[in-house]
Amino acid sequence: MDCKQASQLISQSLDRRLSLRERLRLHYHTFICEACKRFGQHLHTLRVAIKRMNENVENDTNVTMPSETKARIAKSIESFVD
Amino acid sequence: MTTANIHDWLNEHSDYLYRFALVRLRDPHQAEDVVQETFIAAIKSSSFADQSTPRTWLTGILKHKIIDVMRKSMREIAASDLMNDEDGNMDDFFDDTGHWLDTPQTWEMPDNALEQKQFLGVLQNCMDKLPTKLATLFLMRDVHETDNEEICKELNITTTNAWVMLYRARMGIRKCLEINWIGA
Repeated sequence: MDCKQASQLISQSLDRRLSLRERLRLHYHTFICEACKRFGQHLHTLRVAIKRMNENVENDTNVTMPSETKARIAKSIESFVD
Repeated sequence: MTTANIHDWLNEHSDYLYRFALVRLRDPHQAEDVVQETFIAAIKSSSFADQSTPRTWLTGILKHKIIDVMRKSMREIAASDLMNDEDGNMDDFFDDTGHWLDTPQTWEMPDNALEQKQFLGVLQNCMDKLPTKLATLFLMRDVHETDNEEICKELNITTTNAWVMLYRARMGIRKCLEINWIGA
């Protein structure tokens, strides 16, 4: 396995369960290859960072929907209530 | 569902729902539209059960509306364009023998709040640089955490296509982050 193949498997491990054979080969590769090991850590960091980014935005009470939009939504739901 | 209820909900939850949509769609107008659609769907529906909180229930509806928008924007990209190479030729990352051209460096997300904010800013810029189709798929999978099978069904692509595109997106963002974070 070369680094190109290893990096592909590392990415895919985020999307599917790798086979036992794939996991063993990848494990062996990252054991001897510091660069691919770092790559794996970076993809993990990327996931954690995106989660953090989502939480930060979701909880940022300074970001609000424009009041005109709220008024528009209020008006549009009126028409669905008797 | 009464008018009073829905107005309370609008006051209490619309900002949260808006932010939830904004981080996933990255477009204020689209975010406003899906929140509106969510409230309309909520008022038409009678399925709200008391065991769920209004926010959880509304967020559940919103998630589906977000997927609808993502699906539409993917459809606007011709299927033949989905897999072309111009936006992510992997030969840019590896040499002929499959070794890294630029070896990944040692770095991680900072713990310090201020530095972390800067780091996330760089990440944001890197995501913005992705070609639209890769960005949409990346947002669906890694930001919205949509199930892989659902993505393939929604976008009518094979699982292999999805893996390849997600790989390209992650490779691109990782490299951009490395250059702009370490280089900063």
